[in-house]
Amino acid sequence: MRLIKGIEELFKYIGSIGFFIRDTIHWLLVKKRDLKSITREVIFIGIDSLPLASLIAFFIGMIIAFQTAYQLKAFSSEIQLAPLVALSLVRELGPVITALIVAARSGASITAGIGSMKISEQVDALEVFGVSPIDYLVVPKFIALVICMPILVMYADFLGIFGGFVVGASKFSISLGLYFRMTFEALAGKDVFSGFVKSICFGAAIAFVSCYEGFRPFSSIDVSRSVTHSVVRSFILIIIFDCILTALFYFIG
Amino acid sequence: MIKVSNVYRSFGHKEVLRGVNLTVNKGENFLLIGRSGAGKTVLLKNIIGLLRPDSGTIRIDGIDITQLTKEKLERVRLQFGLVFQGSALFDFLTIEENVGFFLYQHTKLSRSEIRKKVTETLALVGLKGIEDAYPYELSGGMKKRVAIARAVIYNPKILIYDEPTTGIDPIAVDKIVSLIQDLHNRLAITSVVVTHDLEMGLKIADRLAFLLGGQIIFEGDKKDLEKSTDTRLIQFLKGSSGGPIKEMEV
Repeated sequence: MRLIKGIEELFKYIGSIGFFIRDTIHWLLVKKRDLKSITREVIFIGIDSLPLASLIAFFIGMIIAFQTAYQLKAFSSEIQLAPLVALSLVRELGPVITALIVAARSGASITAGIGSMKISEQVDALEVFGVSPIDYLVVPKFIALVICMPILVMYADFLGIFGGFVVGASKFSISLGLYFRMTFEALAGKDVFSGFVKSICFGAAIAFVSCYEGFRPFSSIDVSRSVTHSVVRSFILIIIFDCILTALFYFIG
Repeated sequence: MIKVSNVYRSFGHKEVLRGVNLTVNKGENFLLIGRSGAGKTVLLKNIIGLLRPDSGTIRIDGIDITQLTKEKLERVRLQFGLVFQGSALFDFLTIEENVGFFLYQHTKLSRSEIRKKVTETLALVGLKGIEDAYPYELSGGMKKRVAIARAVIYNPKILIYDEPTTGIDPIAVDKIVSLIQDLHNRLAITSVVVTHDLEMGLKIADRLAFLLGGQIIFEGDKKDLEKSTDTRLIQFLKGSSGGPIKEMEV
């Protein structure tokens, strides 16, 4: 019985988020945006995320380098460190780690912000003034996330690669020129393109989930619950999308 | 004119409005009273079209808004100004941007023209020099007055106040009451005040209605109120805990 109820709830959730996505796309297409509202979101979602993204990407790059070097040492192929770090980051870890950071930091904040507006009747006030809350609150965040995510991912990839270089240079005396030459030789256009596509999809998923969850609370206790749902569901969607997109790029060749 | 006929509204299994009938005449100062949690806010959100009733009709100047499309409803809604219970000022905007919000969204007026109009409207509610402040910098009473300024700046035909004096001190309450009366006379609009504060409400109202258990059990003017023999109404007027109104009916 509980299983049936759970499945019913899941389908209801998918249905209502489907309508939410439809309304967001509708407002995205029908109205010209003012740059100020998008810039404000880009600063919050993109620029303010840079320190955290830098820190995590740099250390992830170093960790991958250490782990890879550990395996490569058995074959005396430590020089292959650069391409392996680059490919792991650009294809997979860069987009996924960045998306998880943005979902946890900006997504949670978006949900809490809209949620507190909802319970303090500010969302109702928008409607009274003839302004769609989706148009005013969601669309600028959606645009900002879709713009910021690829840039953040590229930035994280670069810092991760640099983290790998720090390990390569300090442990195996690989020069900067050689490390980056090997990195760029290993990377194909498809790798960069797949990372780019993933980052856009992850950005859209975070925007839809975090904003949708923001409109659900009816009380302050619901806000904290919605923030938890927002982060957990964004994480799940990011991993599912990553799996689907990786498989897609694999089969496309 | 607002005419509410046989309106029902439930949330899940909880029936909040159970056949509400109500008429607010053009130009009058109307008071809707009832205990906290009686469904007053739900009723006014139905009147303004923020919620749709499960059944029944709500006519604004003869147009049944329950049958309107979202777009048409938005146009009708612009006839209303609503002062929210908690003021509902936008936290991330300055007072100027809050009060001028409607003008920024729906007119092509320049920023300086809007600022001028905002300053004038703030003066109307007795405030000055706070255009660049943020809502968190203001007291509860000032926030209420800013919320009133935001609601009147676009000259709505009907102004609705949801619990306008909740959470503010007695001196601020008196100022808000005077302001509501003053605005009603100066702007010649229909005012609907929703409150559980009878003493304050009676200072303002031409006519009033009492909402209990999801139904209007009294509608009339102050003379009708004095003549009423309804024991539930008498209990509410006296503020007595003993009587026919039990906690279950709240």
